[in-house]
Amino acid sequence: MSQSIETFYEVMRRQGITRRSFLKFCSLTAAALGLGPAFAPKIANAMETKPRTPVIWVHGLECTCCSESFIRSAHPLVKDVVLSMISLDYDDTLMASAGHQAEAALQETIEKYKGNYILAVEGNPPLNEDGMYCIIGGKPFVEQLRHAAKDAKAIISWGACASYGCVQAAKPNPTRATPVHKVITDKPIIKVPGCPPIAEVMTGVITYMLTFDRMPELDRQGRPKMFYGQRIHDKCYRRPHFDAGQFVENWDDDAARRGECLYKMGCKGPTTYNACSTVRWNEGVSFPIQSGHGCIGCSEDGFWDNGPFYDRLAQVKQFGVEENADTLGRAAAAGVGGAIAVHAAVSALKRAQHKNEIKKGSSMSQGEE
Amino acid sequence: MVATPNGFNLDTSGRRVVVDPVTRIEGHMRCEVNVDENNIIRNAVSTGTMWRGLEVILKGRDPRDAWAFTERICGVCTGTHALTSVRAVEDALGITIPDNANSIRNMMQLNLQIHDHIVHFYHLHALDWVNPVNALKADPKATSELQQAVSPSHPLSSPGYFRDVQNRVKRFVESGQLGLFKNGYWDNPAYLLPPEADLMAVTHYLEALDLQKEVVKVHTIFGGKNPHPNWLVGGVPCAINVHDTGAVGAINMERLNLVSSIIDLCKTFVKNVYIPDIIAIGGFYKSWLYGGGLSGKSVLAYGDIPENPSNFDPAQLHLPRGAIINGDLSKVHEVDVRDPEQIQEFVPHSWYKYADENKGLHPWDGVTEPNFALGPNTVGTKTNIKELDEAAKYSWIKAPRWRGHAMEVGPLARYVVGYASGHEVITDQIKGLLSTMNLPVGALFSTLGRTAARALEADYCADLQRHFFDKLIANIKNGDSSTANVEKWDPSKWPKEAKGVGMTEAPRGALGHWVQVKDGRIDNYQCVVPTTWNGSPRDNEGNIGAFEASLMDTYMERPDEPVEILRTLHSFDPCLACSTHVMSPEGEELTTVKVR
Repeated sequence: MSQSIETFYEVMRRQGITRRSFLKFCSLTAAALGLGPAFAPKIANAMETKPRTPVIWVHGLECTCCSESFIRSAHPLVKDVVLSMISLDYDDTLMASAGHQAEAALQETIEKYKGNYILAVEGNPPLNEDGMYCIIGGKPFVEQLRHAAKDAKAIISWGACASYGCVQAAKPNPTRATPVHKVITDKPIIKVPGCPPIAEVMTGVITYMLTFDRMPELDRQGRPKMFYGQRIHDKCYRRPHFDAGQFVENWDDDAARRGECLYKMGCKGPTTYNACSTVRWNEGVSFPIQSGHGCIGCSEDGFWDNGPFYDRLAQVKQFGVEENADTLGRAAAAGVGGAIAVHAAVSALKRAQHKNEIKKGSSMSQGEE
Repeated sequence: MVATPNGFNLDTSGRRVVVDPVTRIEGHMRCEVNVDENNIIRNAVSTGTMWRGLEVILKGRDPRDAWAFTERICGVCTGTHALTSVRAVEDALGITIPDNANSIRNMMQLNLQIHDHIVHFYHLHALDWVNPVNALKADPKATSELQQAVSPSHPLSSPGYFRDVQNRVKRFVESGQLGLFKNGYWDNPAYLLPPEADLMAVTHYLEALDLQKEVVKVHTIFGGKNPHPNWLVGGVPCAINVHDTGAVGAINMERLNLVSSIIDLCKTFVKNVYIPDIIAIGGFYKSWLYGGGLSGKSVLAYGDIPENPSNFDPAQLHLPRGAIINGDLSKVHEVDVRDPEQIQEFVPHSWYKYADENKGLHPWDGVTEPNFALGPNTVGTKTNIKELDEAAKYSWIKAPRWRGHAMEVGPLARYVVGYASGHEVITDQIKGLLSTMNLPVGALFSTLGRTAARALEADYCADLQRHFFDKLIANIKNGDSSTANVEKWDPSKWPKEAKGVGMTEAPRGALGHWVQVKDGRIDNYQCVVPTTWNGSPRDNEGNIGAFEASLMDTYMERPDEPVEILRTLHSFDPCLACSTHVMSPEGEELTTVKVR
């Protein structure tokens, strides 16, 4: 990249931010990423030496909830992300220019930063009707996607649309809306699923890549392990009620008012991998279960077609025992037994899953050296 | 030259200018205009360029799930489709929600209005009026004086504060990486603000960015997350428990205090920043009163924010209902969304197929079969369109009409209906603003009027948010903690067949969902959304839609730089993902897919 472009640290210093504040920021970033204080100097070093990474953010068939979530980020603040961390060179939702000038901005970025920009994709391309269910600049969106992907360093698939297809790909998927990885097969792709993903997970993924200059460790589905490694159920604050067999049986019943387990109301927390029960939403204010509604599993592949949201998870096979929640609810002893079985099952599943995981996240520097 | 029945003269002889993508909107949109030798727009063509087909996806599903699907129509006006959906299903099944649920839903809908209006103005619209590069020339002292003059109560007003922001923008610009400001139209003479006002507005762009993430926490508390909070047929999913054991798992005093503090925050920002900015910026653009379009002719509002639960009688709606046609403000027409003669959708210029395209269809009877076909005068190819042929089909948006009239919907439409029907708060607000700015009523019917109505509405909604918070507290005090009516939760208690309508005023305007339930499943689902009204293409009679009408006769400083087009289109806050998803209701299956 051009030497005339100043580094992230220089930008911060020139904006009047003291070195002390800068280091504090690095510590907070480390904490936000769950990395501990030892990583703060690494982050500081990375930011002192790097120019702002160009990001091209394209939109296919989607609802813009990912962009809306992104701007909710509290740490870091989104204004700091776009002014000081990345260079958001194309984003049709927020950019000043339109039409030819917008298309020129895209082209200039691709040419100037060939192989060095991140492509963020919100939404997905429809493939029916020659792609003309989503038109950009008179052409199918899938063309813009392929064009921008060709010289990208890495791709981030924001949200359920880009990662899995989401609502427009629910049966019968009339436009043949197709997730990004099925169209772009020769680039590293990070899936950040959810409808939308949590704001701080989105900025956390970007900050991680800027800080460590590498892809985050991904699981076998291509999701960052740091945020999608555990089920919502695993860290749910209502989990003790599940284990004790205390369930909400009806909306607004006494159990609901006591904040007991929503499993019988259809909660998909036991099968959903996401950070909602740990990072929580909107600066940690709440998450669906805390506000009384079960998880609908919005970060899982095909969640729209996994049965009605209020149907309890069928037979709960992952219990590994004959008891279901009804019998658990009737007998506290069975609840304890069930809980142990669950933990056993979870552990076994984790071990099995680990074997299949991609052992190393591919370094973003690979191939450049 | 062609004269349209709704009073516009279209002339396609001048140079064609194409804007695609139209940016800073939700979704995908294209706009083409013809400008004459004096750079005046003489023909306008607006095209929705995306289609997702959600209603066919809804067919056969559990109606209690429909809110979640339809909520994903749009993540910007998040929640408003969900609210419309639960209302439609409750209407079909005959469910009355508890009073607390009505207060909580209203607070969420009002919170969305406030959030959406703020984000729209500062982050999607402001750059049409505000030049961030010019802000670098400002004297921060002058900005400080301006700030203190227009809003003495806003604490962030010192010269040092503005100098810091200016330095930050300066370093950003000097870095050579212009990011979102790249290729902007910063030397276009259409920008009229002096540098000190540009600096004030850029500063508020950043303040609003910080603020908006706080505003939405009302959704997070009651709905668990934002965007896309959770809703419930029969009430709201959050339980209330302020007195007893386990209150930490429900809406308790701490949660209510947080809601209350955010309600104050909303009101303070709208009063101290948003409205003063509209007055200050608007003051420099008083000579730019283009963009009226249909606003002075035909406007439509369904009304919203019911004082009492499950009661949509217009007399007790806080946002007004009514239709005005042909500019006659002395007559506010009653609107009945169930009447098959009132709302109809047409497709002769939309990429859909009807058996008889001279006729419109009410949403109950609607048919949507995609039919992507370009007219003979299209320039380019199917997958590389240079210029559209608007004499043929040219948009993924249908053309809804109210008794045959193309209508404008949205904050200005609501405020025009409110003004014409003597709504006390709305009338006072409009009169106050016009007198402050020394403008006649006619100035309302413009791009700026649309932008100003949105700000006034945010202020009104902030007060209503407080009203429903107080109402919720009073009700809890009286011993009512109920938040859900579960009598008909079980599908075995539903009629074999039922149909219902849900209406809201989304931030962008009148929104309706029509649902039919059969044997416990969705048999038919139709949405007619605000941007379908505003962004509609021509109809069978040749009437142009609200976007198109608003661009007519606008002078462009430089036709290659679409500042004026963006300015007016953005004043509607277009939401294309909303407008272009409509899909087969009557079992019209597509050839390439099978409905399960």
